[in-house]
Amino acid sequence: MIRVGIPRALLYYYYYPMWKTFLSELGAKIEVSGRTTRAILDQGVKSAVDEACLPIKVAFGHVANLAKKVDYLFLPRLVSVANREYICPKFLGFPDMVKRNLKDLPPVIDVTVNIRRRNRDILSAVWAAGKIFTSNPLKIWLAYRRGLESLKIYRSFLEAGIFPEKAIRATEHVVNGRLKAGAREDAIDDAVGNILTIGGSNSAAAKQIGNKVAAGNNSCRKDVGKFTVAVIGHPYNVYDNYINMNIIGKLRKMGARVVIADQIPEEVIFENTDWLPKKLFWTLGQRITGAAKYYLEKDCVDGLVHISAFGCGPDSMIGELIERYSRRQGKVPFLNLTLDEHTGEAGLVTRLEAFLDMVRWRRKVS
Amino acid sequence: MKVTFPHMGTIYIALRGIFNSLGVKTVVPPPCSKKTIALGSRYAPEFACMPLKLNLGNFIEAAEMGADTIIMGGGCGPCRFGYYAHVEYEILRDLGYDYNLIVIEPPEGRVGETLAKIKELAGGKSWVQIWKALSFGYMKAKAVDRLEMLVLKKRPREKVKGTTDYFFRKALEAIDAADTQAKLSRVVDDALAGISSIAEDGRERYIPKVALVGEIYTLLEPFANLDVERRLGLMGVEVERSIYITEWVNNHLLGGILKGMRPRRHSREAACPYLNHFVGGHGQETIGNTVLYAKEGYDGVIQILPFTCMPEIVAESILPRVSTDLDIPSISLIMDEFSGAAGLVTRLEAFVDLLRSRKRIKQRQRQTVQVATAGR
Repeated sequence: MIRVGIPRALLYYYYYPMWKTFLSELGAKIEVSGRTTRAILDQGVKSAVDEACLPIKVAFGHVANLAKKVDYLFLPRLVSVANREYICPKFLGFPDMVKRNLKDLPPVIDVTVNIRRRNRDILSAVWAAGKIFTSNPLKIWLAYRRGLESLKIYRSFLEAGIFPEKAIRATEHVVNGRLKAGAREDAIDDAVGNILTIGGSNSAAAKQIGNKVAAGNNSCRKDVGKFTVAVIGHPYNVYDNYINMNIIGKLRKMGARVVIADQIPEEVIFENTDWLPKKLFWTLGQRITGAAKYYLEKDCVDGLVHISAFGCGPDSMIGELIERYSRRQGKVPFLNLTLDEHTGEAGLVTRLEAFLDMVRWRRKVS
Repeated sequence: MKVTFPHMGTIYIALRGIFNSLGVKTVVPPPCSKKTIALGSRYAPEFACMPLKLNLGNFIEAAEMGADTIIMGGGCGPCRFGYYAHVEYEILRDLGYDYNLIVIEPPEGRVGETLAKIKELAGGKSWVQIWKALSFGYMKAKAVDRLEMLVLKKRPREKVKGTTDYFFRKALEAIDAADTQAKLSRVVDDALAGISSIAEDGRERYIPKVALVGEIYTLLEPFANLDVERRLGLMGVEVERSIYITEWVNNHLLGGILKGMRPRRHSREAACPYLNHFVGGHGQETIGNTVLYAKEGYDGVIQILPFTCMPEIVAESILPRVSTDLDIPSISLIMDEFSGAAGLVTRLEAFVDLLRSRKRIKQRQRQTVQVATAGR
């Protein structure tokens, strides 16, 4: 069986279920790198050029970690996932950067995903990737459709406020329920555990569960007891608990309820980027700015934390715009945290404590 | 309406020419200086690339001189430049500067909007007049580019150090002041003749040929690159710059229709298999141009980029492989507001030393081979 490696980095957090389903349906066995550790970060810092942003360095580390264990590396070149938008220049060049800087790599599947002009341009990437495993176009097409379904299910879990690690397991659960009868159940929370008992199409099932969880987790209301803090940033910064030193965990321990950008449905994000003077051509940036505006305007948070990575180009512009918007609104405290490869937690903890103090005082005053 | 625009090398000459022809009052910001970057860095986001900080500094200084309208270019990404104008505007607004912002975006199918903006800028002049003004500005830019190419060849060879720069400065002032086509032609002919006739140091010696690649702003703005072209020239190095503003305009805005340029370098094609996709800015061109310069026998390549420039960082991480594979020395110079001239000079000197010693080694190897074959 062909082993294909997917690094747990960059847009793994948005697309893994789709890639896993697509490649598995074509007969591949998927290997994912482990969670980020000191060793992975160090390896990445060593192999990537100094000026690269932290997420890219981490990604290098994950790729290096996987390289010896697989027959192929799946590193799609994610140019654009939405019309007239891009991801970021480093993503456009990522496969080339990896190939020229890491040694002894297995063959890299670096198909170009570019739907900047037309949605159907995705098909060339699907075809190019599928060809490696089979010459049967129907099989490739079906694998792609199933991949899309997995993605839809995954998205509804994310919108329900479930974080990627759990959402990925939940999605697999749903998908496996249809692919293999009698699959072993993983230990997932009660809220998502009883999926198999609900009939109907799998996306609908997930949405039902999602809505139930949503009623608990993400309805836009301020808690009378706890304060609500929005943590927004790129998914590979927000969800990688090693490089963000478990900010979300720390905030929860300090008594805050945390909401994130991915809980907001796509259409709502879109409505909330109207205030920008010009359409933002970074897809990930749109999500961050839309979420920031939504939470600030709807008055459902007591504070806003923006996580940015050292050296991130889009973050420097978006962070600036959000900060200015937040300041003009004047409603809630805003904290901009920059992550880099330093591992000393004290600085981060101090900032979070000071921030939550401000949040508390504000609440007391109002 | 008093229009201002950011500095980028000698582009102010063309822009002033265009606006003066249209009778639009311009406020050219003072040349970029330590004050400019200090102002810009204070108010700009910390990790914004240096061009944004210099732009901001330019606008603040221009506002103090009475400018009330900014004209800037836009972009569609993925490089940050496409959002510069808007971020700069927000910062200026919060600082209390009441600027009117006009951004010329790439048409992308909405040519009408772009044309309307140009008409607004031109203060309602006719399209014929606008065309004439644009051509005049372009002629000035072309003249400056021709002079620059000549200067880069002359500087390493001049007998008395500093002569070329003196005549170059005078020529720029004259071109800037010329207000008719006739005067411009005369000034340009004089300048070309004058610089061509500068006395050369006729010694037989090795003059390394080094190409500059990288991000367009830091390549064109001497303050941003700490005057690297002049420094190299005075070290006896012939510099070739990969980007000239008229070439850029011709290739990106006019579809390459204008003749009389250097032939179009197919730099993006040349970048394969090292960098196989557009990455924004001039990232792919940087790699492609390095490949081409290596094949054309250049002695070395210097990449210049602002700190955090995303496309160039992609290129920077791939450049060492190209350099090794094609046996052409390369160095990447990262510029930001903390860059000091001393550090730059040290690196340049080391690099030029490397080039000279490589040449010596190669010559010795050739002589050894000649002796060996002669002896048979």
